[in-house]
Amino acid sequence: MSVLGLIFSNIHDNNVPELTAKRTVASIPFCGRYRLIDFALSNMVNSDITKVGIITKSNFQSLMDHIGSGKDWDLARHYGGLYILPPFGVTESSMLYSTRLEALKSVTGFLTKSHEDYVVMSDSDMVCAIDFKPIIAEHVANGADMTLVYVKKDGVVNGKDNVFLSVGQGGVVTDLSYGEISGEANLFTNIVVISRTLLLSLLAEAFSHGCNSFVKDIIATHVPFGKVYAYRHVGYYEEITSMQKYYDENLNFLNRNLRDEIFRKTNVYTKVKDSTPTRYGGNSICHNSLVADGCNIEGEVYNSIIFRGVTVGRGAVVKNCVLMQNTIVGANASMNCIITDKNVIIKDRRVLSGSENHPFYISKGTVI
Amino acid sequence: MINKKECVAMLLAGGQGSRLFALTNKIAKPAVTYGGKYRIIDFPLSNCVNSGIDTVGVLTQYQPLILNDYIGNGEPWDLDRSYGGVHILSPYQAKHGSEWFKGTANAIYQNIPFIKRYNPDYVLILSGDHIYKMDYADMLRRHKTSGADCTIAAIKVPLSEASRFGILNVDEDGVIYEFEEKPKKPKSDLASMGIYIFSAQKLYKYLEEDEADEKSSNDFGKNVLPRMLAAGEKMVSYTFNGYWRDVGTINSLYESNMDLLGEPEFDISDPSWRIRSRNPIAPPQYLGDESRVVNSIIVSGCDIEGTVENSILSHDVTIGKGAVVRNSVIYAGVTIDENSTVDHAIIDENVKIGKGVKIGDEQTGGDKKITVLGRDIVVSDNKTVESGDIIDENV
Repeated sequence: MSVLGLIFSNIHDNNVPELTAKRTVASIPFCGRYRLIDFALSNMVNSDITKVGIITKSNFQSLMDHIGSGKDWDLARHYGGLYILPPFGVTESSMLYSTRLEALKSVTGFLTKSHEDYVVMSDSDMVCAIDFKPIIAEHVANGADMTLVYVKKDGVVNGKDNVFLSVGQGGVVTDLSYGEISGEANLFTNIVVISRTLLLSLLAEAFSHGCNSFVKDIIATHVPFGKVYAYRHVGYYEEITSMQKYYDENLNFLNRNLRDEIFRKTNVYTKVKDSTPTRYGGNSICHNSLVADGCNIEGEVYNSIIFRGVTVGRGAVVKNCVLMQNTIVGANASMNCIITDKNVIIKDRRVLSGSENHPFYISKGTVI
Repeated sequence: MINKKECVAMLLAGGQGSRLFALTNKIAKPAVTYGGKYRIIDFPLSNCVNSGIDTVGVLTQYQPLILNDYIGNGEPWDLDRSYGGVHILSPYQAKHGSEWFKGTANAIYQNIPFIKRYNPDYVLILSGDHIYKMDYADMLRRHKTSGADCTIAAIKVPLSEASRFGILNVDEDGVIYEFEEKPKKPKSDLASMGIYIFSAQKLYKYLEEDEADEKSSNDFGKNVLPRMLAAGEKMVSYTFNGYWRDVGTINSLYESNMDLLGEPEFDISDPSWRIRSRNPIAPPQYLGDESRVVNSIIVSGCDIEGTVENSILSHDVTIGKGAVVRNSVIYAGVTIDENSTVDHAIIDENVKIGKGVKIGDEQTGGDKKITVLGRDIVVSDNKTVESGDIIDENV
């Protein structure tokens, strides 16, 4: 039994417009040394999926730069490995796809030429460690047409893209609902297991009827046949749906149990850089923080996520911040609840503060 | 396809490194960890790549498993090439018997067929024992412009220490007129660094002569170089002015690691001369609420709740609450539990140190007693390991 992975890199770009101004949602930097797609890709690789297509649309230069040949994920292969699937005109009116279904239409050639039995589809806006092997096994054992992965969420879940599953006896999906919900709900992760040939025939049918929604026109219309199953992922699963969420989930990784779940039970692979070890100066203080390699810490850092190659100058105080790659914090500067994008320079003695429920974001390359 | 490389490097990596004791029980010296995320061999390999040399034979003999695994296909150094690249050369069996490498010269002699596949004009001989950054291309220019048959890289050492080295006596143009191996009364302070460039044909000739000489101990410094000089070949020195350390002893390895701290004497962060290595798969390092980390360098995957001062930590080191690590070099995967103290020690990979353990002590003065714990050792709670002890079994 062979499995093909398919990752959507642009689907949720509009959720975090500041961070995706110059990149895809898949290439948003996360947790010191990763990009969001590392989680989706590592899930595939850790589940023994060795052929993965990444569907791209726009702004994917940073993604290409990050992924390279795929060798850091052991996906640089003669057979299978990594396929970047660049945009391909699919509609008369516009050159680029705008829905998941159109995105799939643009890769029907790739799907047709592949020979794998099953396809696992995943988005790349989430952070989680999910093993697909038991999901695929259950899919096969159930004789399912589709298996949809979901997580239980309690309380209000915001976001217009949300899909919720009603799950009946034996894990069969009985209904889908959309939008916002309060109370406990089964949030669909957009991770789908389906046989490749069934996917192709469902896609062909949907195209011929002029459909445009994968969830509403393909999954929902298939639910009444009783062969759409649900699989519950128990464990951490969060989508980066807003700047606030981005900030909160980064800082969430200061929690040791979460780090153990995501980084120690499996490997999360990422692009390797020959960074030097991080250097701590004679007067540095660094408490409850994650610090990547290649940094130079002379000042004080509290409750923060520090990416690769960041410099924190003498006397500077960094609290509750997310500082992306190569940020330079000048001497005696003070920062609280700030997100800096890559290559930001904060000059000496500057004082910047956001708030925990409204972090202040500084865009790529800004000098303050 | 052009079947030719101008210069091929041969890296002698078979040494046991017996003066590193417990650190080289299970691995070859060039695979010993240095500076947190490097191994000694990263330096000559990175130097090769940065100097434009893309064909490197690595000669292994002693405990090659970890070294071979580390080098792999050479990808971290961009040495995974379809023509050239890095090749592990082990002793092999031939139709007329098989032999271990008898000496440095014999190791190269046995691999002349490898060198000849690339039909090089020059052969660079390196060892895997030193920490330094050096542009071999500049040395090769010196070799070509001087019209030498052999060029030896040399560094000035204090005259008082010169008797530990191979000493070059040179004229004002750097032409060598005398070569003394570890002289009792050195006439010059110019020491050979064990880095040689030979014109290929001369190398083949003298290696064959050396092999035919039954009395020879098949060593470059002792036999081949003196033979060439005696035969009147032109040999010149190439003077190197930079950081260069032999890390063949516990103390020299320790001191060279410490040279990376503070305002470092040796800069490994120069983007124009990147030191490449195989990178661990590990999350960023975590420093807890009660941690205190000063004047130290630390690699990803570490989890620190205690105190770290003047130390170097490799990846995935765990230091518990109340534990104190001072003036020490900690290798990958080491765990130091609560309230233990480590001072002036080198702790090898995957050592597990229990609670309330005391390892080593404050050392002052020149002749420090460094405590060494070999890989995979387990130290039980509340044990004490004395300064200068070298431990290779559980305590």
